[in-house]
Amino acid sequence: MSGLEWILLLSGVVSGATPILLATLGETLTEKAGFVNLSLDGTVLLSAMVAFMVAFETQNAILGFLAACLVGALVAAVVVLFSLWLGQSQVAVGFVLTLTTRDLAYFLGNPYTRLHGPQFSTFPIPFLSDIPVLGPIFFHHNWMVYAGLALIGFCWAYIYRTPMGLRLRAVGESPKASFARGDNPAKLQWVYALAGGVLVGAAGAAFSLCVKPGWGRPQGAEGTGWIALALVIFGGWHPVRAAAGAYLFSLLQVLGIYFQGWIPSVPAQVFQVAPFPLMILTLLIIAYARKTATQEAARRRLWMKSFLDFFSGTAPSALGKPYRLESF
Amino acid sequence: MIQRHWKAFGLSLAGVLGFTTAILVLAGAPPLEAYYHLLKGSLGSLNKTGAVLTAWIPLTLCAVGLLYTFRIGLWNIGVEGQMIMGAIFATAVLRWGVESRVPLLYLAAAFPAAALGGGLWAIGAGILKTKGEVHEIFAGLGLNFVAQGILLYLIFGPWKRPGVASMSGTEVFPTDLRLSFLPGLRFSPAGLILAVIALLLTAWMFRHSRFGLVLKAAGSNPIATLLFGERPNRYMLLAMLLAGGFAGIAGCVQVSGVYHRLIPSISSNYGYLALLVVMLSNYNVFVVPVVAFFFTCLNVGSIQLPMMLRIDSSLAGVIQGAWVLVALAAIAWHRRKVRPEKEH
Repeated sequence: MSGLEWILLLSGVVSGATPILLATLGETLTEKAGFVNLSLDGTVLLSAMVAFMVAFETQNAILGFLAACLVGALVAAVVVLFSLWLGQSQVAVGFVLTLTTRDLAYFLGNPYTRLHGPQFSTFPIPFLSDIPVLGPIFFHHNWMVYAGLALIGFCWAYIYRTPMGLRLRAVGESPKASFARGDNPAKLQWVYALAGGVLVGAAGAAFSLCVKPGWGRPQGAEGTGWIALALVIFGGWHPVRAAAGAYLFSLLQVLGIYFQGWIPSVPAQVFQVAPFPLMILTLLIIAYARKTATQEAARRRLWMKSFLDFFSGTAPSALGKPYRLESF
Repeated sequence: MIQRHWKAFGLSLAGVLGFTTAILVLAGAPPLEAYYHLLKGSLGSLNKTGAVLTAWIPLTLCAVGLLYTFRIGLWNIGVEGQMIMGAIFATAVLRWGVESRVPLLYLAAAFPAAALGGGLWAIGAGILKTKGEVHEIFAGLGLNFVAQGILLYLIFGPWKRPGVASMSGTEVFPTDLRLSFLPGLRFSPAGLILAVIALLLTAWMFRHSRFGLVLKAAGSNPIATLLFGERPNRYMLLAMLLAGGFAGIAGCVQVSGVYHRLIPSISSNYGYLALLVVMLSNYNVFVVPVVAFFFTCLNVGSIQLPMMLRIDSSLAGVIQGAWVLVALAAIAWHRRKVRPEKEH
């Protein structure tokens, strides 16, 4: 491969990662607050469909984007409503919604199949896009790609460097302590589930308005939500590492297309499975790193320690366990 | 108790009809006509009913398996992958049986092999849970995708049809390696018998066997179970094995009795759908076949919607999902009303 081809490939990786990146950051935010929204896969599809539908009807991509964010927040609201208010399992409701919203997207999107609609156009950032190599890779995209890149830093700074972020982590680690400190755990979970939902909706819009423009059955966004859920874990609930996972996955996807030329018998879909064994491996390492015997062994071996540090991360302690006040 | 369930059932049905009608109106389709076509497309003729039964068999088998894992409190989301693994194991056995003198032997062996394949895949998730502390949802989900990857690899690689590898699947098995159809119908009674046996066996186990009791005990109080001298982890693995085994058999029915080959969509989403069936049945073994029947009627009936009304067949999935959601809400609402003091 020539240098130019590499640059094109990496530029494709950066833009192709945007939807997964947005969904992953959104779910990281939600899970940091101790809430699991399992409805991602369907939500991404439904919001992709709504984004295209609204953009097509109004001929305005921005309105489509906003509508998609609203859809993402609405689906998240249903999960929160069932969990915090009705006391049903987050996992059960999220799972049902994942299937339902996917079918709803196919059903309502049917008249909009294979139409040509508005999409976000490329907007090279002046000066920055002229930098050799880095310019074409990072600064020759549409604004959603830039927003995704900026959001990585924003999420990290918000979660780890602001008082609000501290309260967010507190509610995920110990809702009881958060309550004692004067916060309302349920309210915080509402806020971050909705915020995460908005980002998941944006991920849908990134598909139907940028990466895979238009709507169809299948749209091509199928499976993204599950991959994002896997990447949240792979990233150890840390936004920067989760983002790195999203780019890694995007790289695998692009390379898969290249590999297909070399090994034609293996379909590209086989490579897309990669995040899932990695997710299981990460979870295993997290569990083992917590054991004292492992920690003892790692203390004497530097490579083992750095390996564990790289892969392990801790899940918010109260993840998936809704906190309901006694007085409810 | 029963009366209360029927009340919740009726209420949720009304809620679902209202929601579906609204969706249909939103899509610009005549609701009454859509319902008519759903009914006619599923129960309107003997052939259609045969198609409903054909889909009912794997769905019920998967749902029955899930009853075991739900009973012990496991969220076995991996049924889809377990069904795929069963189909793969069955195909492997049937491929050996091509051109053999005793095809029936291979056909018979395909079923235990499929149960083994599904069971092993489920045990994998179970061991990750009990030994590796990986939550069964993520383990099961991950393994689903891995199974899907293996399936695609086999269809496009080692098991491809001579010369062409395509999404249409592997080569079709000869007639003597298939479950035979009833005369005039595209539907094999052997699968039906298996599903009914699975249902009866499970109902008996839950009601009369010590195993069923311990499953439930371990699900509601693992520590007490441990104190009574039973090991909850072992029962978890056993429940996973059974769930995977039933799902594997469902995969074998798909391969030997429906498609007669291995195809990329061999699981037809039944693994995921079965989770909805069990939730809507409120984990009751006697309600499962009824709900599975309703669900398959919707699936089969919706096939002709695109032709008749130009609306997408995914309407079936919308109705099914909305139904479960409404039922979950009804159950929760009821619980709140009956014993609010127990909430915390």
